[in-house]
Parts: sequence; structure tokens; C-alpha cells
Amino acid sequence: MKPAFPGLELIPVPGTVRAWRAEVDVRGWRDTAEAALSAGARLGALWASDERDLGGGSRVRALLVCFEGLVCIELRLPDIATAFPDLSDLFPCAARMQRAAHDLVGVRAVAADGKVADERPWLRHGAWPQDVFPLRRDVANASAWPAGEDRYAFVAVEGDGVHEIPVGPVHAGTIEPGHFRFSIVGERVLKLEERLGYKHKGVEKRFEQLGLEDAIRLAGRISGDSTVAYAWGYAMALESMAGVNPGERAILLRALLLERERIANHLGDLGYLGNDGGLAFGLAQFSRLKEDLLRTNDGTFGHRYLMDRIVPGGVAVDVDSAAIALLLDEADRLERELGRLRAIYDDHAGLQDRFVACGKLTAETAARLGVVGLAARASGLAFDARVYPAHAPYDALEPRMCTRRHGDVAARVNVRFEEILESLGLERRILRQLPSGESRVALPAITEGSLGLGWIEGWRGEIFVALEAGPRGTVRRCHPHDPSWQNWPALEHAILGNIVPDFPLINKSFNLSYAGQDL
Amino acid sequence: MHKLLRQIARVGIRTEAPPKPDESLRQRSDRLSDEVLRLLGRALAIRHVDAGSCNGCELEIHAVNNPYYNLEGLGIRFVASPRHADMLLVTGPVSRNMESALRQTYDAVPEPKLVVAVGDCGCTGGIFGEGYASCGRVANVIPVDVAVPGCPPPPAAIMQGILTAVQRKR
Repeated sequence: MKPAFPGLELIPVPGTVRAWRAEVDVRGWRDTAEAALSAGARLGALWASDERDLGGGSRVRALLVCFEGLVCIELRLPDIATAFPDLSDLFPCAARMQRAAHDLVGVRAVAADGKVADERPWLRHGAWPQDVFPLRRDVANASAWPAGEDRYAFVAVEGDGVHEIPVGPVHAGTIEPGHFRFSIVGERVLKLEERLGYKHKGVEKRFEQLGLEDAIRLAGRISGDSTVAYAWGYAMALESMAGVNPGERAILLRALLLERERIANHLGDLGYLGNDGGLAFGLAQFSRLKEDLLRTNDGTFGHRYLMDRIVPGGVAVDVDSAAIALLLDEADRLERELGRLRAIYDDHAGLQDRFVACGKLTAETAARLGVVGLAARASGLAFDARVYPAHAPYDALEPRMCTRRHGDVAARVNVRFEEILESLGLERRILRQLPSGESRVALPAITEGSLGLGWIEGWRGEIFVALEAGPRGTVRRCHPHDPSWQNWPALEHAILGNIVPDFPLINKSFNLSYAGQDL
Repeated sequence: MHKLLRQIARVGIRTEAPPKPDESLRQRSDRLSDEVLRLLGRALAIRHVDAGSCNGCELEIHAVNNPYYNLEGLGIRFVASPRHADMLLVTGPVSRNMESALRQTYDAVPEPKLVVAVGDCGCTGGIFGEGYASCGRVANVIPVDVAVPGCPPPPAAIMQGILTAVQRKR
């Protein structure tokens, strides 16, 4: 079934993802977004491209996640620096994406009253001048400018006894760089403002120097902890342009890898959540289980984190009957161990005291902010692309969605426990029904100007890849979208009213990607 | 409590033998004298800096402290401030947005100090290379003593790099 948008011509995008694209004018951009919002749709991603070489100016695209599938609305702007209608009043998560589009391409989101909601740069710190837009085609990737000044106007909170704690970009633990500005009274957090973009290393520009098939390696390094999800998303976009289906065996093996990535990350998080809650025992136990899983990955698939195992047209791994027996045995063992550790976590009064009611994100706030993935499910929102719309092979595997309604750290812990169990179940189903067949098919030459879309439910949330083909098998434009774009702003809400010492625990319970959103 | 203790007893000790140092990883050996290295020994404090990685290397740096590798069991630990550190463990191609933060962190580490670059990106710039937003390899920004290749390098390789940096030359 097609989504219904009056006055819009929806053109199907071929491939695994149920998706349509539609050209809109400036008015249609707003009207469609409003209609989508009132029909319960979410904003998946928003990005801009320089299209002066095609005789235009720029083009802004937005992915609307509707019940029927994805609708990619496309707005051609006559000039490279033209304004386009701001969507952040409808979809608050658009704000940072629009600021990034301005930093990189120079298109500005402007509200109906002519105002720009937030003129501060997002990805541009001091590395390039404010009148340079590095994703424009006339800016070479090799360009370099002397480091400019980097002043960022944080929103100030004033009042008796209010003070600020600046944290980062280099943090105290082994984590990625970013800046958190806390405004506090005593130990209570009145406001948290995040500033990201420190890891911006020009990934989208780099894509444009690569061939369509080679670029999957870069896709697998956008956020290393989600390498399988990104590689699959990229492959899905590429195969949708090529009109190729890798076949049942390859698709099931991809799902096997994706579920193992989910299990590994959830195990790691459960360990750190125990540790941040004061139970170092949890870290020792869960990091041991994670290491066991990584070693199996290395032995069976040839890489601990499964990088470069998904390739265009299929997979670069195969499993024989001995490997299947080993993986099934591992699943049983892991499930037993998990049961024991869950009982210990559940019974541990000190740990539960830290988890319960801490860092609450209500369903209303989560829905308004467009939160996705496990954070959304822990706040009672039923989004899981594996369950709905369920692309192959999940349509046949029938995964069960794991949700909680309280939106606190405890809920995000419980969703992780249950998702591991569910992933182990999926792994068993895959291994028991794996048909024989090819694990990789060759891709034909890809027509210049094709657009492909990928949509994968990674362990953190949904990942989109929008890919455009250039001449002679090159990447014209690739926009990978991390769920962290939507979920980082939610952390600013979840911390409100909590105490500063609970921030590491709350932050870990979301465990968002810096690399994935900084690009 | 009894469940927790039973689990500890059931699992036992899983720590494996550490890897041997590998001189081929050393980039330069003129910085610290043998005497200083002897004093640093293996009571080493490390500050990790992610200067722009994909976060893959961070996963393996976390893993060096899991029960199998147990880096802390060798007296080597991660500290929260560069001012408490003897060594910087740096990942990623250095993004231009992290260039000054990395320099400041390096300056904040008291002398004598060591730098280990971790991962293909830290060693060469990796797949990201140099560009408008990336300075490339770590050595383009701060001096590097030991570089550990791999994407990401497995935990034993990272340990080997750390142990090589503090090993005395003949």
C-alpha cells in the first residue's frame, strides 16, 4: 500500500526497502511534512547536495518514515545558497540535521517568518571558514585552511546558585570525544547542552572519491560498533540500484551477522551499566561473555567485529555444518549464562536502586523528539524495522519486539537483556533453516544518476543509507544516517532533574555514537 | 550474594599470558633514556584520546581490560586526566576539529611521556586519509613512539604496543 499524500506523485524506489520518492516545491516541502506528521510519520533523515553540475542549484532531501514505508521528498533549489523551509517546529530532530546541511552545503533552513531558528554551526568548528562549504563539488577534499577561531555560544542558564560544568571534548573514560555543558544547582542538573562534531572527518566527501563497490569498506567504518548494520544498509542501497537480490542464503547470513553485532554490543553495555551502577562484577562477567563471542566471530567469520564480511552482492563468509553446531552450542551456553547474570542484576538492591527511575524519558517526549531504536522501545514506542516493515529475511523470521514503558535506565537495561535472548532465538532459526546456495552474486554496471536506499535496524536503532551513482561506477553522493542524530537530543531531556553523578550511567544507558553523527 | 559468589567461583580466573614486546612497532627510540623507561617500568598510567576514530579501536581498548587480557593485572591502568598519565594512547585519523584538543592533551601530560598510536587510521590515516576535515595519521600532529596497525588491532596487539613502548632498548 502506498502512503497517501494529496497532490504528490510517488515514484517507487526499487529494492528491498519499501520506499517512494517524490519531487516537491517549497510549499510542498512543508505541506508534505505536515501531512506526514499528522499521519504519525517520523523524520528519518535530512541532507543536502550540490547539483550545480546537473544544471540546478542544490537539492535537499528528507526521509519520512511512514507506516507504509519510506517517502523521500526532494526539493530542488534554484541556487546553491537558497533558503528552504525549516521543519524543526514539526520534527525537532531536524534542527541539527539542518545546521549540518548548512555547514556542509550552504543551504539554510528558514522559518515562515523569515527567522533562522539556530544560526550556530554544528559540524563546522574552526577547521574551515564560514564562507566555505566543503561538500560543494568545487571544493577539493585536499583543501586545508589555517585553524580558525572556534567560539560556540552555549545557552546560558541564570539564577541564584546556578553554575556550569564544561566536560570534554576529551572525556575521563575510554569514550569518544564530544562536549557536554551542564548547568546545575548544587548537584541537580537544570540543563544539559551537547556540542558534537569533534569527530567530523569528512566521510561524505571521502565517499565521493571511491567506487560504488569499494565504498562499502568506508560504510563499515562510519561507526565501528555498527559496522554490520552500515555495511548491510550500504549494500542494500547499492543492490537496489543494481536490481540485484543476493539470494536467500546470503541474506540469512547477513541477518546472522547483524544479530551477533547486536548481542556483542548489548553484552558490552550490560557490563558497563553494572559497573557504572557500582557493580564491577557485572563488567568482569559481561566483558568475558562478549570476548567469548568476539573470539567465535574471529574463528568462524574471520573478524572480531565482522568488518568487511558483508560485501556488494552478498557476504564474504560461509558456515559449514561444524560451524553451525558450534554457533548453536554457543547460543545455548550464552543463554544459560545470561539467565544467571540477569537474576543477579535483578536481585541486587544497590544496582536496582541506581537503575530504577533514573534518566527517565517519557513516551511523549520520546515521540516528540523522534527517538528511535532501543531507547524508543524502552520508552514504550513500538519501532523496530525488523518487526515492521520487516524487510527480508526478518519477514520470515518473525522477531518479537522487546519493549518497556518506563523509559528509565532500568527499562533500557531490560530491553537489552530481552533483545539478546530474542537475537539468540533468531540466530537459532537462521542456522536451522539456512538453505544451500550462493553467498555472493556479481553486480551489473550501475546507471549514472540512480538512487538507492538502505534501512537497517542496527543494535542502537535504525540506520539509513541514501546512495547516488555517479559516472563509471563511482559514488556521486552518499548520505549515511545514524540513529544517534535523533537520540542525542533525548539525552538532554533524560538527564533533567537528575544529579550530575548519575550522568555517566544515563549516558551509557543510551550509548550513542559520536562518529556516526559527526561523519 | 551467594549467587554472585558462586558465579565468581564457577568462572575462575581467565587471564592469559601477555604478549611479548615487538621492536618492529617502534617508530622512534631517541626520546626516552633506558633509565627513564626502567623507572616507568610497568607501573604505567595511560590516558586514552580518541582523536577521530570510527570507535572500532575503542572497542578493543575496552577489551584489554576484560578478564582475558587483564592489562591492569600488569600494573598498567587507564587514568582520567592527561596530567596523571605517562602515556597517551591515541586512536583515529586526527580530525581537524580534534587537532587542538589532542595537542593540548599532549602538552598536559608531564615529561617524560610516551605516545602510542592505535589502529590503521592512527598509523597512516587509514581509509579516511587526509582531507579538508582530517589531518591523517597521529604523527602528523604529535610525536609518536609506537604505532600499532590493525583495523581494529586486537587487544593482544594493543597490549604489545604498550609493552613495546616501555621496554628498554638493549
